[in-house]
Amino acid sequence: MLKLKDIIPELELKPASQNFDSNHEVTGGYASDLLSDVIANAEKNYLWITLQTHENIIAVAVLKELAGIILINDREPDPNTLSKAEKEGIALLLTPLPAFEVVGRLYQMGLRGL
Amino acid sequence: MEKNNSISKLQELAYELKIRDIMTTRVTTVLPTQNIKDLRKIMHDSSISGTPVMENGKLIGIISIEDFIRSLVRGENNKTVQDIMTHHVETLCADEPVIHAVAKFEKFGYGRFPIVERKTGELAGIITKSDIIKGMLRKLEIDYREEEIHRYRASHLFEDVVADHINLTLEYNVQGQNFHHAGEASSRLKKTLQRMGLPLEIVRRAAIASYEIEMNIVIYTNGGKLTASLLPGILSITAVDKGPGIPDIQQAMQPGFSTATTTIREMGFGAGMGLPNVKKYTDDMQITSTLGKGTEIITKIYLKDQNAQT
Repeated sequence: MLKLKDIIPELELKPASQNFDSNHEVTGGYASDLLSDVIANAEKNYLWITLQTHENIIAVAVLKELAGIILINDREPDPNTLSKAEKEGIALLLTPLPAFEVVGRLYQMGLRGL
Repeated sequence: MEKNNSISKLQELAYELKIRDIMTTRVTTVLPTQNIKDLRKIMHDSSISGTPVMENGKLIGIISIEDFIRSLVRGENNKTVQDIMTHHVETLCADEPVIHAVAKFEKFGYGRFPIVERKTGELAGIITKSDIIKGMLRKLEIDYREEEIHRYRASHLFEDVVADHINLTLEYNVQGQNFHHAGEASSRLKKTLQRMGLPLEIVRRAAIASYEIEMNIVIYTNGGKLTASLLPGILSITAVDKGPGIPDIQQAMQPGFSTATTTIREMGFGAGMGLPNVKKYTDDMQITSTLGKGTEIITKIYLKDQNAQT
């Protein structure tokens, strides 16, 4: 079973939020920039890959009980997004890589999206 | 969230509980003039390893079994308590939180601290590490029992409540155009339903449906109300707004159809999946809308047959 602490160093992700459980298990992934699409199709304990930095991504992550959010392309979270992530204990992870590359590397680690 | 729950619960307790709640109030004390031979018997009889030294109702020192042993090692005989006691006493006030006691045990490594009343300086009790452990466990047990009772009450709500008609309604106000608070109503509703002990699957579906209708109120209207009604066997979630209305409901139900502006879409909304999601996660959904007047969405989730829809 993959955990956040396995994925973070492997993809050299930079945690933006500090209050999260690095032992949180990750059972799959979903990539999308539309919130309702994530609500409909992501599963519990999935990692969500997105370029959205707006604070509502945290609400979606809490709602779907996601393992965490990866913000791609060097995007920085809005200040409100970060404070909500800290409050809700959601892992908010940053990377300079584009979505395609992130998904590919996660897939190589054994993560699936089905 | 759930993470590290037990640790934070204990920390919370250590701040919440006062020393007065957990200290031992029946304190054995000794006089400064007592012979240390008596001391050994007193400590043995009361099964304690240290005790405050009192003179005319005032705390003037503290003496422990270690002081006693040190004196024996020195080969002393016929000493009195005041000869071998520790004069400088570290105390705590009864109204301080338990966390202060925890910190003080950590800092000094002593086995016990006398507790005094802040106003009068009088000895109120004594605290040991075992008092802290016992006090915290007792409080945890009480909290746990109360939670169990709450959970039982909630899950048996409709069996235990006797009435000809039961309708429990939870109402949440939703501000239009306020993306900062968007999602809070459904998040509060989710927490409430969870606490009431509804099955997790029902809570999850209710959360998604209420989130989507809340977002619709935020994005398209100047505000409205989100209501959850618990009826026997049914959880009904309703949204009412005084927005612009939906011109073509069938079209609005099509996945991918959206009238959201570019700005809204850039924030990740307006995927055209809001209403389809509501339909997907509920068992029944009715929309009535009048242009220029507003929209009402009534959804139902059946509590008994959980396989009806996923």
